[in-house]
Amino acid sequence: MVKPTDILKEEPILEVRNLQTSFFTEKFEVKAVDGVNFAVPKGKTLGIVGESGSGKSITSLSILRLIQNPGKIIGGEILFKGENLLDKSEAQMRRVRGNEISMIFQEPMTSLNPVYTVGQQISESYRIHQNIGKKEAMLRSIDMLKLVGIPSPEQRVKQYPHELSGGMRQRVMIAMALACDPELLIADEPTTALDVTIQAQILELMKELQQRLGMSIVMITHDLGVVAETCDYVAVMYMGKVVEYAKVADLFKNPKHPYTVGLLNSLPRHDIDLGDEELTVIKGSVPSPDNMPKGCRFAPRCPFASEICVEQLPDLEQSEDGNQIRCWIYTDEWDGDPEVKVNG
Amino acid sequence: MFTFIIRRLVQTIPVLIGVTILTFSMIHLVPGDPAQIMAGESASPQQVELMRERLGLNDPIPVQYFDYVSGVLQGDLGNSVRSGRAVSDEIAIRIRPTVELATMSTALSVFIGLIAGVLAAVRRNTFGDTFIMLVALFGLSMPNFWLGIMLIQYLAIGVDIFGFNTGIFAASGWGTWQQQVLPVITLGVAGAAIIARMTRSSMLEVIDQDYIRTARAKGVKERVVVYRHALKNAMIPVVTVVGLQFGSLLGGAVLTESVFAINGLGRFMIDAIRARDFPIMQGGVLVLAFMFVSVNIVVDILYRFLNKRIDLN
Repeated sequence: MVKPTDILKEEPILEVRNLQTSFFTEKFEVKAVDGVNFAVPKGKTLGIVGESGSGKSITSLSILRLIQNPGKIIGGEILFKGENLLDKSEAQMRRVRGNEISMIFQEPMTSLNPVYTVGQQISESYRIHQNIGKKEAMLRSIDMLKLVGIPSPEQRVKQYPHELSGGMRQRVMIAMALACDPELLIADEPTTALDVTIQAQILELMKELQQRLGMSIVMITHDLGVVAETCDYVAVMYMGKVVEYAKVADLFKNPKHPYTVGLLNSLPRHDIDLGDEELTVIKGSVPSPDNMPKGCRFAPRCPFASEICVEQLPDLEQSEDGNQIRCWIYTDEWDGDPEVKVNG
Repeated sequence: MFTFIIRRLVQTIPVLIGVTILTFSMIHLVPGDPAQIMAGESASPQQVELMRERLGLNDPIPVQYFDYVSGVLQGDLGNSVRSGRAVSDEIAIRIRPTVELATMSTALSVFIGLIAGVLAAVRRNTFGDTFIMLVALFGLSMPNFWLGIMLIQYLAIGVDIFGFNTGIFAASGWGTWQQQVLPVITLGVAGAAIIARMTRSSMLEVIDQDYIRTARAKGVKERVVVYRHALKNAMIPVVTVVGLQFGSLLGGAVLTESVFAINGLGRFMIDAIRARDFPIMQGGVLVLAFMFVSVNIVVDILYRFLNKRIDLN
């Protein structure tokens, strides 16, 4: 079995091993996250990409143990600075949240509490984790707003979320997340709900703050453009599993998993004129979780699938360039066309 | 906030004018001749005429209205037909028990209702939740005169258990705490049940919001998440219900006042209606409407305090 840290050149700050999170309904168990492995390098950015329902958001919530009923983390390890977060008590976990690991969310419009001012909400982080007075916390909140590029922060701290635009609110979320100088920031689709120019600004801001503060980032997104722009490593998820885990440059230059190839092919490209041709799509749709394929999760939609793919689930294996891939094609057991070219 | 309160007060002026028009019209809208009715069936035509003169019913209507309003503004609501005493004095005696009863039972409902609602929401779909909601349904379905009678039976008259008599409270009147406990419970139970159910559903809506997740991700304690981040948002619809309820208790505690023989405004009004004591009816409606409007202003202010998005300008 390969280790997720094998791929990294840097020290890992976070290592997720065989994480399993399920949701339990009366009839069946939905395995939202099903044995996920990845590691986040210190001071760098890991991207987690996947379609809706691939389990990427649940993975991020699992790291902070914020999964609510009927969801439950049922197995695996989450090693943060060498300590397993799943072994910590709830009180210990609270000291991690917002202090050592912070999170920002997809929906800036609804992620701030409408009945408290921006300043009160940022101050709360300071008051929980740093045990300082109201006034001092408010002053630091103003500094944070300045840091994330909000003009006239002295007035803004007194405003309520509804008085700010979406982009401003996401900046406030970032200010709140970074207030206690966390070592790891988990950004769950931070730009999805914003329009394109604001997206670029927010990504730029995050990169700049990463350089200045030296934190690591987990960037969760379905947008490969965002990955190319911001990440150093990337884990591609499909139906609760990591199918490809690679350095970003390698992934774009030489994608290996048929799913990754499909994702990349479905992107519009400015350097190729399609003429009247339509964009390539991945055929079929994500199977419903109560009807999980027995073998490779992607087999029903994979153009290369052979017998072994349908029958047996492949493991995440190291490929010759040091990246990791979960696909029979790259193993000795491959029973299909030996000359198959996935990205040709 | 200050300008908001001023503006809100100014807005009530038309409402209050409307109320005076209505109460004034009452005397003319009821079928029959008010002077005849108030003088009694057996009154002679002279007596009826005297009554008509006394009530100013011979003046043109606008003049009558003007006289009425200027009287009201000076605190003169006329005299009771039955007792001959000033309506304002008669109401003043009876308004205190009613307001006290309404305030205490609303306070009780809010206290019990909020706690029960939050507990049920936090433990959603567990035994505790089901149990609390079942008790609430029971409290809601119980007619309060029945509850009042039961309470009198077992806690005022009392039964002997091991030589100890459970009749520790008084069954009638208003003044001492022994007299107040039972009516407050009687009137507060249904309100508590409504508030509990309202709080529960409102909390359930709020607890799944993104900003609650944000608070948890910040490392906020679950207790603080529930009471500081969720409850303040969930209170917004609850405040409306509490306000309406308090308003209706001010005028509608007639049954409870009757069961416990409390000399309150509700009972007094019913008696006045039976006796066709028009000045009392007019004065009572006016006072109740005024209190209702005041309660609504307080609710609006609270609402605005809770929900910053509301702009009532």
